[in-house]
Amino acid sequence: MSLPAIAIHSLVKRFGETTVLQDIDLEIPEGKVSCLIGPSGSGKSTLLRCLAFLEEPTSGMITIKGEALGFFENAGGKRERLPPAQIRTVRSKTGMVFQQFNLWPHMTALGNVAEALKTVRKVPKAEAEARAMAQLKKVGLENRAGHYPSQLSGGQQQRVAIARALALEPKIMLFDEPTSALDPELTGEVLNVMRDLAAEGMTMVVVTHEIGFAATVGQQISFLDHGRLLFSGPPTEIFAKPRHPRLDQFLDTYLDRGASMLA
Amino acid sequence: MTIKLFTLLMQAALYTLGISIVSIVIGFAIAILLSAAMLSGKGIYIAPARLFISFFRGVPLLVQLLLIYTLLPVIGINVPSIVAAIIGLSLCTAAYQAENLRGGFDAVPKGLVEAADVTGFNPRQTFFRIRVPIALRLTFPALVNEAIMILKSSSLVSVVGIIELTKMAQDLSSSTYLPIPIFASAGAIYLVINWAIALVAGRVERSLPKVTA
Ligand SMILES: Nc1ncnc2c1ncn2[C@@H]1O[C@H](COP(=O)(O)OP(=O)(O)O)[C@@H](O)[C@H]1O
Ligand SMILES: [Mg+2]
Repeated sequence: MSLPAIAIHSLVKRFGETTVLQDIDLEIPEGKVSCLIGPSGSGKSTLLRCLAFLEEPTSGMITIKGEALGFFENAGGKRERLPPAQIRTVRSKTGMVFQQFNLWPHMTALGNVAEALKTVRKVPKAEAEARAMAQLKKVGLENRAGHYPSQLSGGQQQRVAIARALALEPKIMLFDEPTSALDPELTGEVLNVMRDLAAEGMTMVVVTHEIGFAATVGQQISFLDHGRLLFSGPPTEIFAKPRHPRLDQFLDTYLDRGASMLA
Repeated sequence: MTIKLFTLLMQAALYTLGISIVSIVIGFAIAILLSAAMLSGKGIYIAPARLFISFFRGVPLLVQLLLIYTLLPVIGINVPSIVAAIIGLSLCTAAYQAENLRGGFDAVPKGLVEAADVTGFNPRQTFFRIRVPIALRLTFPALVNEAIMILKSSSLVSVVGIIELTKMAQDLSSSTYLPIPIFASAGAIYLVINWAIALVAGRVERSLPKVTA
């Protein structure tokens, strides 16, 4: 049994008085696509942001490839914060793609992808740009290298954002609703890039409302509801009838929304 | 109004321009330091930065200049008046530029900083590579305004003995009894310099990529 890519133990996240994540236990398998689904406000983004250490867990442990993220338990069983440099090292095993792309607007597509190589990894400019270009090529945007984000469509921006995350050669890619901010006709190009990535064996954690993507590409589906992980398993099990009543309810409203769009 | 008088005014204008440019650049560097302090989230950096900004925005530039000019020798620092002038203007514009930049820093979308965090930037790298360039673009027009204000305020440095454009015009007008053509020329020179700044700034602004907040 190989080490899970990510192991989440008894994760709790509170914002002040509100508990947003309650006792989450989950293992993200290596080399697979793991999809987080659930109603809006159920805590999916917060969970993903904990994995990227953009949110600090209130309690519980997260390990990335066996290494503690952010905190560790000392000999006395007390939680202690790791030094910033070490946090950055563990963090660098993951790449993150945001719903709103978050491309740096003052840099070209190529600049966005090359930036961390130059600034963080200290790769010489020419080599960083060559590597960035290769990533842009992978997402089909080598001919947009000199464009600024404001000159790109949403789908193109998101593909650049994926290339940017890939440039640092992460072991795990985290996606937070990568197609939710896109016009419907632009979601396909982003999902295709993600399918290619999955086919290469990248470990991926994807928060998504694209149930079709989750059902066809996802290999582990986890359903969050009110900050609890209700269940997790392969899509064939999760989506097979009889389904969990909360999932049924969720899928109904999801389909209702789709149907009402057609009307 | 002779060629000679005009040449003297132009030479003084170079002083005005030189002192202003140097002060704006030094002031900008200090403003960036002040911004870093304000963004540090640490009281020991924030408090002095706040104090600095409120002092230099709250006290008239003329008083600041006189204070610096008279204070420095008392604490044993003897500097030429041009240095005192540049220190005064720099500190004053630093406070205003920092205040302008603050709006820009506040408007940098959180997601852009998070994108840097997740790619392993340390806080200093995020500050210089992401926050500063975006804040700068967002506040560019205000900073250009501030540059023009400083250029005009630089007439005050005559109190520490610098003969810049305004002072030269005053001196010439009392020695030649031609106040109107001389002051009109001085005004025209200020106007042309500021037009040029606005023109170049407009060009630069249009060439910058859009960074909507
Ligand atoms: N920074 C925050 N401060 C306070 N509450 C937050 C914060 N971020 C998220 N929440 C709350 O946590 C809950 C879960 O949010 P989120 O993880 O974004 O859900 P999802 O991504 O599933 O829609 C929501 O009720 C939201 O209002
Ligand atoms: Mg969300």
